[in-house]
Amino acid sequence: MWDYTDKVKEHFLNPRNVGEITDADAVGEVGSLACGDALKLFIKLDENKERIVDAKFQTFGCGSAIASSSALTEMVKGKTLDEALEITNQQIADFLGGLPEEKMHCSVMGQEALEAAIAKYRGVEAPAHGHGHDHVETEGELVCKCFGLTDVFLKKVIASNKLTTAEQVTHFTKAGGACGGCIPKIKDLIAEVLGEEKKVTAEKPAKLTNLRKMQLIQETLENEVRPQLWADGGDLELIDIDGSNVQVAFRKACAGCASSGYTAKFVEQKLRELVSPDITVQEVQG
Amino acid sequence: MREIYLDNNATTKVDERVFEEMRPYFCELYGNPSSMHFFGGQVQKKVDEARARVASLLGALPDEIVFTACGTESDNAAIRSALEVFPERRHVITSRVEHPAVLTQCRNLSKRGYRVTELNVDGNGQLDLAELERLVDEDTAIVSLMYANNETGVIFPIEEAAKIVKKKGALFHTDAVQAVGKIPLNMAESAIDMLSLSGHKLHAPKGVGVLFVRRGTPFRPMLVGGHQERGRRAGTENTASIIAMGKACQLAEQYMADEAGRVREMRDRLERELTALIPNTRINGGGTERLPNTLSIAMEFVEGEGILLLLSEKGICASSGSACTSGSLEPSHVLRAMGVPFTCAHGSIRFSLSRFTTDDDINAVITELPPIISRLRAMSPFGREFLNK
Repeated sequence: MWDYTDKVKEHFLNPRNVGEITDADAVGEVGSLACGDALKLFIKLDENKERIVDAKFQTFGCGSAIASSSALTEMVKGKTLDEALEITNQQIADFLGGLPEEKMHCSVMGQEALEAAIAKYRGVEAPAHGHGHDHVETEGELVCKCFGLTDVFLKKVIASNKLTTAEQVTHFTKAGGACGGCIPKIKDLIAEVLGEEKKVTAEKPAKLTNLRKMQLIQETLENEVRPQLWADGGDLELIDIDGSNVQVAFRKACAGCASSGYTAKFVEQKLRELVSPDITVQEVQG
Repeated sequence: MREIYLDNNATTKVDERVFEEMRPYFCELYGNPSSMHFFGGQVQKKVDEARARVASLLGALPDEIVFTACGTESDNAAIRSALEVFPERRHVITSRVEHPAVLTQCRNLSKRGYRVTELNVDGNGQLDLAELERLVDEDTAIVSLMYANNETGVIFPIEEAAKIVKKKGALFHTDAVQAVGKIPLNMAESAIDMLSLSGHKLHAPKGVGVLFVRRGTPFRPMLVGGHQERGRRAGTENTASIIAMGKACQLAEQYMADEAGRVREMRDRLERELTALIPNTRINGGGTERLPNTLSIAMEFVEGEGILLLLSEKGICASSGSACTSGSLEPSHVLRAMGVPFTCAHGSIRFSLSRFTTDDDINAVITELPPIISRLRAMSPFGREFLNK
């Protein structure tokens, strides 16, 4: 059973603002039956078209999708459209006292519906979107075909939620959660976003302290290397770091695999690329 | 709140009589059955009795029964054994709707260079035996097909499948975890080589399983380092649970008619009433032979987790074939393989009954579920479009 907070349960059992607004100023729709969840958000503005006076929703989805929709409608009331656009998916989750990580995509769906509604009202092109709906133009390249998610959308969610693994991206957006075919592409997107962030920080003289280097090696193995090995049924364990010499032991399918030499090279290449060019990788029995 | 437990394909209540049978074997009769002294010897006798009781339920011989720790272990051991017995054969056949205990292992094998064929199922979740006959070949080490599906209750024509496989010289294993105790099985007149069952699905405790290995079937143990179970599964016997398993099998034999009669009638009534009260439903696997205790019902335009949470508020325990409860984002692989439309797959609920299910339990679901579906449909954009039509 999911570990939902009392607030999630309360908003699921007694959702606020269910229904539709027939003379709504803005309507945002995301998701589909095939995706397993969908949200239609209605927004009514005051006479001056400044502040949101009413919001209603219709949701097809799990308990946390319904609770997130309910939370969203409560949060936007009284806000100007610009203020409403400031709401992040994390704030929706926080409003509910947190969501299980696997369910974060429900909060992302709420934020998306809000953006879609406001963009449509303003007559501008809809923001980069995953849940492509019939009449929402999406920008960017389609990455996850199962759930119809674009690279622009995924990069935005990766950056704003500081995601570092493909698994997290799946939890937050569902991308890669069905056939899994786009997981390599998701990893590339994470690397791209991380790379952009690194560029920003790289302006400082980049002398790695020993501690920072060890941390980076560990992070790279966890986030970049091991997930790739898992995909082939393999794994590795970090045994020791001695200066620039990284000692690893191969596990599962990698252990005793005839091509473990290549795997060691791959690990070395990744570490040289992402940590430091002087790194050597040594396979040990551990 | 009284619990209305209709999730017996997930796990079952330990029968009080089963618990009483195992109780003395913790603090009083704790001897090791392998010991030479009288104290261990009396435990050995009870383990032998349990083995005979399991054998009797299956129509097997006592020495064909290997006690394991769970159904998953039995499945793993059977497939691994076959690959060791036939090291030169590199082909394994299973189906797309197997339990992960089989499916995950097969998919891992395909990563290790084995050729793995997953047989398709039709819209009723039923196998095509002609496809099996076409695909099994001299390179096939083992064919592993489930006896009955855990999500839909669909029963495969396992005896026919086993005969086809035996003709080609491969080993045949069946995961019968859901079938044992619910429908009669008779290994004496069967072509099955190996069969898995699990204690906690038939009112024995969790942590005990059985692998039936037919006499004469070559077998290589997964656990080594002891002579227990005639060298087929090393490790000191889980005596209390094994004794419980024996009692549970004895009771299952007694209650077989109840499953086929009273339990099936309750399931059929639940199916009939829900279908009549809730528009736009379909019964997954409804067009083929199913277990008497299982009902998988798909309701359009709603999502399973919401249904389960609202049922749970009323004390009703069921399960879903939907994405969101398991954390995976796809509808169940079983429903996908059957081609259940997305409009239904997300809103599929499984009710699984047992001999402890009462008419009152069924009445509670018939009373509580229809308003829950109306409520969620009224909340769902697709449900509203449908209601407005």
